[in-house]
Amino acid sequence: MDNESSPKKTGTTRRDFLAQMGLTGAGLTLAPLLSKAEKHIPDPEIPLPSMVTTHLSINGKSQTLVLESNVTLLDALRERLHMPGTKKGCDHGQCGACTVLMNGYRINSCLCLAGLCEGAEIITIEGLSKGEDLHPMQEAFLKHDAFQCGYCTPGQICSAVGLVSEGHAKTDAEIREAMSGNICRCGAYHNILEAIKEVQKTA
Amino acid sequence: MIPFSFIRTKDKETAIRDGSVKGAKFIAGGTNLVDLMKLDIEKPDRLVDINALELKQIEVLSNGNIRVGALVKNTAFAYHPEIIKRYPVIHEAILSGASAQLRNMASTGGNILQRTRCYYFYDTAFACNKREPGSGCSAIIGYNRNHAILGTSEHCIATHPSDLCVALLAMDTIVLTQGPKGKRSIPFSEFHLLPGTTPHIENVLQKGELITAIEIPALHFSNRSCYLKVRDRASYEFALASAAVALDISGGKINQSRIALGGVGTKPWRALEAEKHLAGSDIGQEAFRKTADIALASAKPHQHNAFKTELAKRTLVRALMTASEIA
Repeated sequence: MDNESSPKKTGTTRRDFLAQMGLTGAGLTLAPLLSKAEKHIPDPEIPLPSMVTTHLSINGKSQTLVLESNVTLLDALRERLHMPGTKKGCDHGQCGACTVLMNGYRINSCLCLAGLCEGAEIITIEGLSKGEDLHPMQEAFLKHDAFQCGYCTPGQICSAVGLVSEGHAKTDAEIREAMSGNICRCGAYHNILEAIKEVQKTA
Repeated sequence: MIPFSFIRTKDKETAIRDGSVKGAKFIAGGTNLVDLMKLDIEKPDRLVDINALELKQIEVLSNGNIRVGALVKNTAFAYHPEIIKRYPVIHEAILSGASAQLRNMASTGGNILQRTRCYYFYDTAFACNKREPGSGCSAIIGYNRNHAILGTSEHCIATHPSDLCVALLAMDTIVLTQGPKGKRSIPFSEFHLLPGTTPHIENVLQKGELITAIEIPALHFSNRSCYLKVRDRASYEFALASAAVALDISGGKINQSRIALGGVGTKPWRALEAEKHLAGSDIGQEAFRKTADIALASAKPHQHNAFKTELAKRTLVRALMTASEIA
């Protein structure tokens, strides 16, 4: 983006992000491309997206985001706020990897424009634990080995936390149905079910 | 996503004014619109965010009708105590659709306006009369297993995807709107349009006209109702065939009924002839099967979806059996 005001306000750019992720090799390769991109003058025929200011709370912290209108909550979290815990899977609301809690309800952050989050309270996987103390659902996922590769896990855990607080799913079949928006390619479904049931028992 | 401007509105009048501009679209939950914008299928110049409007109430009116604000989330709609108690068909239809996350985001108005999941509509490499009027229909000559068998035209055979709409149609719901020309009450059966020669025009809404609420009429037998959905996966999948039914029963006979079908029509499909036939019949497989034959009498299958005619009939028979057994 050539408009430098938004990255400053929101704290980061894609370039910062890559650098901080320690992708030295990729950084070296990308450096010439990026410096070229920086000099790129946008085609005046193509309008730039308008900027949108959004006030919201993320993991209890008030934030003011000034972002292009087409930035999703998912991309705002990952690429602007250095919070890569929320994962991008399909980016079309089909896999659930991007699940976060908005005002207590689980949602797909990939289908939510950041501009739609005015006044919202967002909880991500990074906000579930209290310091070193894991959330009971995180503990239960560890205990029951409810993951293999772990990519879907932040979404699974946020979705499971939402499921328990919603309080509608009681039986195994109901829990499986209520978790159908979270796909796990490793097939850890059985252990995810056990983890959720354990938390439900103590909730 | 192509660039667009984004405007938040606080009242209906401003929203309607901002939404009346060429290239503008209202956005509420965004679950369908944002997805289509990522694929360059929807390309609005301007999004008008209506989430701050006071359209989030579910009210039971003095005449027993239930008015559901356009911004009520699908989850809140499904689990409202009056819906669970009086309209199991609506409760079940909502919960059979999408995932918990999407139902937490999706609005009532947006559900009614959601667009087809025809894979040719979704793929900009293919011709599609809905997406690009006049470009042709790839589904008619292509792979059309998921497509409609009722209400099709030579220009489009895309299936209407909503489950909720099927239940709302069976309940004779009214769509309440407000637009530049004032307020309207639109019967659900008149809201969606058949594709005909203009499949890109999917409903009767005018530019800038906003759905403000829906009103579900009180019906003395709506508690004896159900929604049955048949699909390729057990959850989180669109219907191959579905049926919303309600039965008014006394003394082992059907007095009257409500029957609507999903997954098989280019719009939510009401089976009025079948309802007429069923009136006065004895409860049982025989009458239900004849009813299903009438409901699907005008079915026109294509190369890969002929199975849907029989599937829809069996789905309807099963739904009628289930509803007749509700105590």
